[in-house]
Formats: sequence, structure tokens, C-alpha cells
Amino acid sequence: MNAQLSPQLQDNLVEIQDLKKWFPVQKSFLDQLLAGRKDFVRAVDGVSFNIRRGEAFGLAGESGSGKTTIGRLAIGLETPTEGKVLFDGIDLGRQNERELRHLRRRMQVIFQDPMASLNPRMTLGDSVVQGLKIHYPEAAEKHRDTLLDIFERVGLSPARYFINKYPHQISGGQRQRVVIARALITRPDLVLADEPIAMADVSVRALLLELMVQLKQEFNLTYLFITHDLATAKYICDRIGILYLGRMAEIGDLKEVYSHPLHPYTQALMAAVPVPDPHKRRTQTMPAGEIPNPINPPSGCRFHPRCPIAQAICSQEEPELRELRPGHQAACHFAEQFL
Amino acid sequence: MNDTTPPLVQIRDLSVTYKTRLGDTSAVDKVSFDIRRGEILGLVGESGCGKSTLGKALLRMIMPPGRISAGQILFNGEDILTFDDKRLRDYRGRQASMIFQDPMTSLNPVQTVEQHLTEAIQVHDAGAESQSMARRIQALIERLGIMQSRLASYPHQLSGGMRQRVMIGLGLVLNAGLIIADEATTSLDVIVEAKLVDQLREIRDVYGVTILAITHNIALVAEMADRVAVMYAGNLVELGEVNRIFDRPLHPYTQGLLASVPTTEINERKELYKMPGEPPNLARPPSGCRFHPRCPVAMPICSRYRPGLNEAAPGHWVHCWLYQDHPEKEEKTLKVAA
Ligand SMILES: Nc1ncnc2c1ncn2[C@@H]1O[C@H](COP(=O)(O)OP(=O)(O)O)[C@@H](O)[C@H]1O
Ligand SMILES: Nc1ncnc2c1ncn2[C@@H]1O[C@H](COP(=O)(O)OP(=O)(O)O)[C@@H](O)[C@H]1O
Ligand code: SF4
Ligand code: SF4
Ligand SMILES: [Mg+2]
Ligand SMILES: [Mg+2]
Repeated sequence: MNAQLSPQLQDNLVEIQDLKKWFPVQKSFLDQLLAGRKDFVRAVDGVSFNIRRGEAFGLAGESGSGKTTIGRLAIGLETPTEGKVLFDGIDLGRQNERELRHLRRRMQVIFQDPMASLNPRMTLGDSVVQGLKIHYPEAAEKHRDTLLDIFERVGLSPARYFINKYPHQISGGQRQRVVIARALITRPDLVLADEPIAMADVSVRALLLELMVQLKQEFNLTYLFITHDLATAKYICDRIGILYLGRMAEIGDLKEVYSHPLHPYTQALMAAVPVPDPHKRRTQTMPAGEIPNPINPPSGCRFHPRCPIAQAICSQEEPELRELRPGHQAACHFAEQFL
Repeated sequence: MNDTTPPLVQIRDLSVTYKTRLGDTSAVDKVSFDIRRGEILGLVGESGCGKSTLGKALLRMIMPPGRISAGQILFNGEDILTFDDKRLRDYRGRQASMIFQDPMTSLNPVQTVEQHLTEAIQVHDAGAESQSMARRIQALIERLGIMQSRLASYPHQLSGGMRQRVMIGLGLVLNAGLIIADEATTSLDVIVEAKLVDQLREIRDVYGVTILAITHNIALVAEMADRVAVMYAGNLVELGEVNRIFDRPLHPYTQGLLASVPTTEINERKELYKMPGEPPNLARPPSGCRFHPRCPVAMPICSRYRPGLNEAAPGHWVHCWLYQDHPEKEEKTLKVAA
């Protein structure tokens, strides 16, 4: 069994296999009776990918495409409707509560809004040390040193000064550093970063990006980096997956995908990103319409109602991910023309 | 758009302050610039630098604890700060309109799209007959890419992108000369955002409206603006043609900002510039040039005196001692080529 292998033998820290997450739509009893069926939001609808040990894997796509749900499934905060998640070879779905809790020490999360995720009435030090107290109560005498060390490493120096402050007493950029410190203090293997710097201003964002890259090396981290911003992903991710309506449209090495996008949706997404150069203004027109409702996703290829090159088959057959260039897969019947 | 037509808006030494527990916050500090007729002027800067405050001041929508503490705002040559209530209502109803990041706050939740548009046409043109009304609404929704079936929808039934189109539509019905779009695309996804940008450019081209596009996204300004105004900590620090600002930024803040914008370009090996520090709290702004604590080329004079907004080259304005003389300044003043 996989779980028996030593960590070193696993190339992939996370394996996501045919993952589905359908949320029941909340309806009144009468509405349900009238509809004669139960409706589901197909937030994640058959997604597979691996995250290699030590890499930063990016998950991108527009809002509602299922990024956050996949992230939560990947660290066992959510149970899949179908499919499974292997963490270091261990099937999260086959663990009991206690085993899961033990595994969770190795996974941490950095959320988007640092103000919302820090308790305003707790000192920064108390907030950050919590994870250690919960997961490693036996080593209490070392907690303070570990705490001071992590503050210094995320650039909150002098640590002794910052641990006694409250969230409202520091700047937005510093709060984001506190959230990073809190995630890293238990020395996790996997860090789920869900839009971690989307709220930061440009000048601060560059610093936080650099910090995350540097900490990844220092702590041997593996990142699942979720973002709607393709430009930010470039500075941190090794590989990237592009989601559309709960399905993976394209996946591969980031440089490969960005320089040769093969899926018409990825192409539109890339073209839509505003370029900070007035000499390179976009000329392409954008796809029609907006992302459809995930309760009733379009048949066949989900992108077909908006796709500029759709053919008859596209509304009938769902395209599978196919490797079209080395390390680069796309789910499109007609992607060959872009090779 | 040439220089002989008088500007639509002239802002002169405008200051706006908010009363807070920590004292007065100087959110907009002695700002002067023009908005030209028919241009798209991009107003950029990081959050908290005073962009929204400036936008609201242009409609006299600053609410207590805020107030316009000094300056003038001339619209077609008239100072809007002297308008009485009736004149002000007319100005807001017909001459200038605003699109916010969250259009839900300005749309009526119990009115359909059609009712909104009808009401706006009636405000503008009390005698409009129902036939011409229907035709005008039809033309408008076609232009904006709003489906016929959407006319019966209520605001909460629309996507964010669709709501913003309705807001633009309302501005157009009112025949507003000036549309202020404050982070109008910020909460939208990139594809929807790109379409809205196309739409704004198109209505400018077709109807000749003037647009003040307020955004924290500097790349967006490169996509759509004719001229760019950069704000930092309540000051207007640089103003010029979009190509000049991006090709030859003069202010150290603009330079740093541009160098720290991420791109998707793969062949660009260039690292992002990491600007030290963070924007200041405007209740206690730094002395002299408000950027001096973060400026890599700050000089002794910078913390002592506030620079003016100086035309360093034709049409290119900058608020920085590098390009201005002062008796107490020892460093050489930089000359800027036209
Ligand atoms: N707990 C939930 N209950 C019902 N629907 C949900 C829930 N969480 C997410 N969804 C829906 O699932 C879809 C994907 O959401 P999410 O994973 O948050 O996407 P993203 O992070 O890409 O914006 C959306 O349509 C969202 O409304
Ligand atoms: N209603 C208010 N009360 C007190 N301070 C305010 C208020 N609105 C804005 N400010 C302050 O004014 C400054 C400028 O804010 P704002 O105009 O919203 O900037 P921007 O739109 O560039 O993010 C900030 O320091 C902000 O805290
Ligand atoms: S499968 Fe068809 S509809 Fe889907 S992206 Fe490819 S061409 Fe377009
Ligand atoms: S005035 Fe001085 S501190 Fe301010 S931007 Fe210019 S050089 Fe820097
Ligand atoms: Mg999300
Ligand atoms: Mg604002």
C-alpha cells in the first residue's frame, strides 16, 4: 500500500484523482417537489493533477471556477463527492479524525484577507504560536524561541517588539507577514495559499512575493498557490493549471503554458490580462458572454457557448486532457491547430 | 482634444480633509489639474492615496466627517463649490455621473433595468414619449451588449459585469459630459473587465464623453487612458500623456510603481522592483515631499519643503525636487527633454 512507502519515494506530495465536489442547492421543500429533482452546484467536476514535492503549483481561473473548493479538498477541509486526494501517498478519505489531525500539522493555509483571519483581541505572538500549542503541546518550552525565530524570518524584526502588538497597530503588509508566519511556524510540508496577496498594493505585493519564494526555499515547502491573477502567478509558480467551470482546461509548466497557450479559454484569459505598456494594447476581441452557471454546465466542452472555434462535436463530447507538448496538456478537441 | 479647447474640468489647489480621532486626515492635498474634453484620464495610485476622495469631491459628494477644505473645481468654467442645491442636483443629474466598484449601492433593488433606464430618460427629457423612449432604450442596450431579456431583470439577478453596463447606460442616458468610473472594473474577472474597458473606450469614441478612470491597477491605465495622473499620499505627483508616463516616468514613485507591476511576459527576465516601506497614514503625513521616507534618491531639501507640481516638459507635470530649483537645494536640477 502507498501509505507504507517512505516519503522520499513519493515524487508527488499531493495526488488529486477524478475529484468531484457537488454542493446541494438550497431550495425550499416545495420548490424541490415541483422541480422533481435535486440540483447541485458542480463546483469541482472531475479534476486530476499532481503537486510535486518542492514545487509551487498554481491554480488559476476566474471566480467561481472551483479554485477555493479544490484547495479545501486538497487539505482535507472538505470531503469529496467523488474521487480522492492522496497526501504523501495517504488517502485522506480513509483516515479517521485523529489521523487526519495528525496529518494536518503538515498542511497550512494562508488566506486572502489578513484582517479577517487574525483575532483583533489577540497579540500577534499569541495568534502565531497557537498552531504550535495545538499540534506540539509537548514541546512547550521551545515555543517562544520558535516564535521569535519565525517573526524574524518573515521580516517582522525585532521580533520581541512585534509579538506584543495587535493587528490594528501594524500595516497591511505587516499583517500579511504575520499570517505567513502563523502558517509556517509548525513547519508544514504543504502550504495552501488562497489568493494570499490579492489585497496588497503593488509596491507591497512585490515584497511579499519575494518573501514567499525565499521562505519556500528555506523551509523546503510545497505550495498550492491559488490566484485569479496570471501575472502574479508567474513570479512564484513552477507549474500551473487553468480551471474553467470546475474542470481543468489546461495544465503544464508555467513558462510552457504562458508562451504557448493551447486552450482557447487560456488564450482568452492571457489576452485579457492588461499589459502595463500602452504600446502593446490588446486588439483581440473577448469571448462572448460570461461564465455560465455551474448548476447546469454546458454539455460537451463547457467552454463551447463562448468558444470562437467551436465545432458541432464540442457541444456533444467532453474533451479529455491530452499531452500535446512535453509536460503540457490541454482539454480541447481542436488544440492541434495551435501547436 | 487639442490644447485650444478649454478643459471640461479645472481643479485648483483642492484639499479635502477628514476629521478623525487622530486628528485631520489630509486625504487630498492642494491638488491641481485639468480634465480635457473627450479624454480618458486615468487616475492611479495605491489604496488610501485619495483617489476616491478626489472623485467624490468632483461631484461634491464628500460627506462628514470629510469636507472640502480649500480650492476650486471649475466645470465648464463654473465653480461647482458655489452651486446652490438646485443647481447641484442638476449638475449631478445631467452633467456628471459616477460608476462605483459596487454598482449595487447605486441601483435600486426593486427596480428593473428597464425602469432604471426609463426613469433616467425622464429625468433628462421630461417630455419624452413612450415610443421614442422604447427606441432609445433599444439603441442603448444594443450598444452596451445588454440582452433584451435582461430589461426585465432586477439588479441582483445580473452579473457584476452586466450591472456595470447598466450603470454606464444610465450615465449615457443622462448625456453626462463627465463619467467618473471609480474602480468600476476592480471586482470583475479579467475577461469581463477587458470587455468593460472596450465598452468605455467605445462610448468615448461614439458619444465624446469625458471619462475619469480611477483605478489602483496601473496596467489597466496603460490599456485605456489617453493621459495619466499619479497620486501618492494625497498629492498629485505626476501627470502626462500615457506614452510619456510609461516610457519616461519622472517621479521616483511612478518609476518604482511601474517597475513593480507584474506581467505575464515570459521572456522578461527582469525582477520586480521592491519598493521599501508602505504608504503613510495621512493623519500624520511625512513633512515636505510625502514620498521622502521611501524615496531612493531623496535629498536634504525633500523632507523640509513641499515641491510644487511643475511642468518639466511640455504637457508633462511632476511634483518632485529633482526637477525644481530652490535656494536651499545644492543638488543639480535635472533637465527633461521635450
Ligand atoms: N459551501 C458551498 N455551498 C454551495 N456552493 C458553493 C460552496 N462553496 C463554493 N460553492 C460554489 O462552487 C463554485 C466554485 O466556488 P469556489 O471554489 O469558491 O471558486 P473560486 O475559488 O474559483 O472562486 C461557485 O459557484 C460557488 O458558488
Ligand atoms: N469617511 C472617511 N472618514 C475618515 N477617513 C477617510 C474617509 N474616507 C477616506 N478616508 C481616508 O482618506 C484617505 C484617502 O482615502 P480614499 O480617497 O478612499 O483613497 P483611495 O480611493 O485612493 O483608496 C485614506 O487615508 C482614508 O483612510
Ligand atoms: S473543445 Fe471545442 S469548444 Fe472546447 S475549447 Fe476546444 S474548440 Fe472550443
Ligand atoms: S521630492 Fe525628493 S523625496 Fe520627493 S520624490 Fe522627489 S527626490 Fe524623492
Ligand atoms: Mg476562491
Ligand atoms: Mg478608492
